[in-house]
Amino acid sequence: MTGRLTTFLRIALFLMPLVTAAPAGAVLPHEQLADPALEARARAISRELRCQVCQNQSIDDSNAPLAADLRRIVRERLLAGDSDEEIIRYLTARYGDYVLLRPPVRRDTMILWYGPAIVLALGAIGLIVWFRRRRATPDSAPLTPEEERRLKRLLDDTRPTP
Amino acid sequence: MRRLIFVLPLVAFAAVAAWFAVGLTRDPTRVPSALIDQPIPAFELPPLPGSGVPGLSDEAIKGKVALVNVFASWCVPCKAEHPILMRLAEERRVPIYGINYKDAEQDARAWLDALGNPYTAIGHDLSGRVSIDWGVYGVPETFVIDRDGRIRHKHVGPITPQILQDEILPLIASLEK
Repeated sequence: MTGRLTTFLRIALFLMPLVTAAPAGAVLPHEQLADPALEARARAISRELRCQVCQNQSIDDSNAPLAADLRRIVRERLLAGDSDEEIIRYLTARYGDYVLLRPPVRRDTMILWYGPAIVLALGAIGLIVWFRRRRATPDSAPLTPEEERRLKRLLDDTRPTP
Repeated sequence: MRRLIFVLPLVAFAAVAAWFAVGLTRDPTRVPSALIDQPIPAFELPPLPGSGVPGLSDEAIKGKVALVNVFASWCVPCKAEHPILMRLAEERRVPIYGINYKDAEQDARAWLDALGNPYTAIGHDLSGRVSIDWGVYGVPETFVIDRDGRIRHKHVGPITPQILQDEILPLIASLEK
């Protein structure tokens, strides 16, 4: 085997798990639904729901017992024929919007969603105005005769005397 | 006008900094309850065998200002707040209802035998499903229920003497008026 091929294989072997391994989550095999389409929906919903115990993990990622209970509820509701929205509503009725990792766009969450964009836009406008103004005032105007004389005098003063 | 352009960002920064400073003093593990001012969820829980008190349902709670305390024998902070519940039960001020969360029968019974039973009734929530309907995410949690069977307050974590004095007792007094 040539050296180059070995290097290539080494790199390929190193990269393989990065490409093939899907994020596993905390879902245990016995929790999963037999129907792959429903299971996929369950995973998608679970990824949007915050675990109340560990807060910045979704219930799909969390090993907390409460997260496992909530995953089971999501799957039970799916089997009962609920839509995704109905399941989300079921959980927000109990845990509030806090259970959503992506808060809904509403009147009281406008600042959260659009605030940063507004600040960015204001900053951009400010910068544009500032640059425009700076260009509008020419900084290379020729010196007036009075200024010429003053400059000459200053230069003469500082010139070292031999 | 010129000066305003320089002052405005400073003022905006100060406002945002003050807002965040207030936010930092809040405890992020305290999740606001979605059930405040909502009627208590409909449920029916079997009694804890051998506890000598009946099981619990939403109908049993309605009619009186009451406390509903979610507890478990495996929960250490529950043990810390237990003497406070015992004292409150002795005063017979309000009925205290217990939801025993994901607890083995014999463990819960041994716990109550050793520490005393402040509860008028105990629902045994082995699967934890009824507690999820209550929006429980950790034990202990304590709910204050008004006469109409609505949840008026939820305290997450152990009740301390100060929380009892400053939050729970005044609320009970105002609800009983």
